[in-house]
Amino acid sequence: MEDHGPLSDEGVVRLLTHTGERLDHPLYSRYAADLDTTTLRRMWRDMVIVRAFDHEATSLQRQGELGLWAQALGQEAAQIGSGYALHPSDWVFPSYREHGVAYLRGVNLANILRIFRGIEHGSWVPDEHHFHLYTLVIAAHTLHATGYAMAMDRDGLVGSGDPAKDAAVICYFGDGASAEGDTSEALTYAAVNNAPIVFFCQNNQFAISVPTTRQSKVPLARKADGVGIPGVRVDGNDVLAAYAVTREAMERARSGGGPSLIEAFTYRMGAHTTSDDPTRYRTRADEDYWRERDPIARLEAYLTRLGEMSPEYRAQVEQEAKALAEDVRTRTKALGRPPTHDLFDHVFAEPHAQVDADRAWFERYERSFVDTEVHH
Amino acid sequence: MATLTLAGAINAGLRKAMERDPKVLIMGEDVGALGGVFRVTDGLFKDFGGDRVVDTPLAESGIVGTAIGMAMRGYRPVCEIQFDGFIFPAFNQITTQLAKLHYRSQGKISVPVTIRVPYAGGIGAVEHHSESPEVLFAHTAGLRIVSPATPQDGFDMIQQAIASPDPVIVFEPKARYWDKAEVNVDAPFEAATATRSMGRARVARTGDDVTVVAYGPTMRVALQAAQVCQGEGVEAEVIDLRSISPLDTSTVVRSVKKTGRCVVVHEAPTPFGVGAEVAARVAEEAFFVLEAPVLRVGAFYAPYPAAKLEHDYLPSVDRVLDAIDRVTVH
Repeated sequence: MEDHGPLSDEGVVRLLTHTGERLDHPLYSRYAADLDTTTLRRMWRDMVIVRAFDHEATSLQRQGELGLWAQALGQEAAQIGSGYALHPSDWVFPSYREHGVAYLRGVNLANILRIFRGIEHGSWVPDEHHFHLYTLVIAAHTLHATGYAMAMDRDGLVGSGDPAKDAAVICYFGDGASAEGDTSEALTYAAVNNAPIVFFCQNNQFAISVPTTRQSKVPLARKADGVGIPGVRVDGNDVLAAYAVTREAMERARSGGGPSLIEAFTYRMGAHTTSDDPTRYRTRADEDYWRERDPIARLEAYLTRLGEMSPEYRAQVEQEAKALAEDVRTRTKALGRPPTHDLFDHVFAEPHAQVDADRAWFERYERSFVDTEVHH
Repeated sequence: MATLTLAGAINAGLRKAMERDPKVLIMGEDVGALGGVFRVTDGLFKDFGGDRVVDTPLAESGIVGTAIGMAMRGYRPVCEIQFDGFIFPAFNQITTQLAKLHYRSQGKISVPVTIRVPYAGGIGAVEHHSESPEVLFAHTAGLRIVSPATPQDGFDMIQQAIASPDPVIVFEPKARYWDKAEVNVDAPFEAATATRSMGRARVARTGDDVTVVAYGPTMRVALQAAQVCQGEGVEAEVIDLRSISPLDTSTVVRSVKKTGRCVVVHEAPTPFGVGAEVAARVAEEAFFVLEAPVLRVGAFYAPYPAAKLEHDYLPSVDRVLDAIDRVTVH
């Protein structure tokens, strides 16, 4: 870790040390005050489940069952912590590594693998979960999220004073995306429109192989200064702090206080994807340093200090995680080839002469083989 | 009926669409108090307010990207891209996002965004203000591309584009913005057939000897050429494609089966253009009636030149006549 800049922990909000000691923060402690031990145990469980899923997906890729997998390993606290701060009525615009948030929004984790197995591009109904589809073109969705937030504002869902009604958008992206023009434009549009949106940047220190110091001269949260919105850095491996800063920012957005930017400083413990080889661009020492700051181990250490981590609970959660992994494996391996008509369906919402012609041609072509077989 | 310029007709169409559906919004640079640099949104800010006629930051990717987000929530944004050459900052949003969201969501997400683009040349403008980038978008599945050549089509098409559940790019020939014609502004609007109607070509002039295919900015050139060659005993049938995607092949092929000859005219550079597509389709579907090769009359394969050279760059009446001569000698 560096002393200053985007790879330092300069200014991060932290409520738990990496050995699980509770810290006080003058502003944010109270935003974590509602996390009772039951909730904390559930958060730990959710992180364990998501990591087990991630591990299973990686294995499935290695065994040739998936074309590719993008691990979230190491980013569980940033995702689960922020995800706990969301209301069902809020809307999430993920990038493509937010499996933890997807899980909290009720997306069946096995469905995510349909994308990576090549069955379809989008595998859940966004409206059912208030969780948009993954977006692979880096940062493109930051603008969709902003427009969506502007529309929610127009629809009267912001600042009504009724907590059951007020809602906001959270947009997840990474340190690489922070350098994209679309992110700058999204921050600008959100700021000038006072849109109800929280930009949640997981600075996992790498855009594939390129470190965050090649994306920015300053900690990414400071990009908020340029557009005049609040920006905060949080220890992304501290689930309590991630929850607290997200809760504060979402409450502001829902109540009409406008957008803000959160930078969750974390570490991508795994590879960028299963096609990547991190040994080419980072050291074992660096990985060891961050392994000591593992987000799950940190919460576990805290729960242990509180006397809330029993062997029985650990065994129960491990059993749940194992069952989920088995379910994911079974479902994935059972997936067949998508029907051919998926190729043509939904290119447009209404009929289009070119698509109709292509479909008709292909159907005739396929039938021609059937006819040949019949004649023989 | 009303006598309207093309700009006025699009303005009237926008007004109708906004009156009909409160979810219709206009977004773009200078579309508010100024009424757009071509005044196409003139008066709308005053009558509908800044919430529905939105002056955006000067960031085109942001215009289209936020419009996509608004469309996901049921709004129908109409984005104005100020000039053809300035659409490229939004190219990513249009081609990787707008065009594909319906497909990648298996139809669960519709993005009824309309993008208006004043395009093409002939007005003596500076660089990047006269281009014809329509095929760059037509090549991307998921976008409907239309171009009105008359005030009536300007009035109808903008409403059809807005009513369509698909993303539509309306390329408006800026040199024709001030051309006037009678417009039926009182016909009832048919939302259910809007998308289909928008995709049909129109026979603008009938003739038996040669088919001249044009759209948007080159319709005037095509009709003038037809007028001239009529004096020489050649009757040209002029087809206004109106839509680039979908391309109404059957109207073109029907005509070519009658004339046996085909010339395609557009302002975009000739290679890889709409002309190439029309020629290929005519070859596939009407090869045995062709009396001559299909000829294309477009701009040269060079960047849009400085204004003093644009009339050499663009297809002129003479160049269309030259092509007609070459296909009718056979």
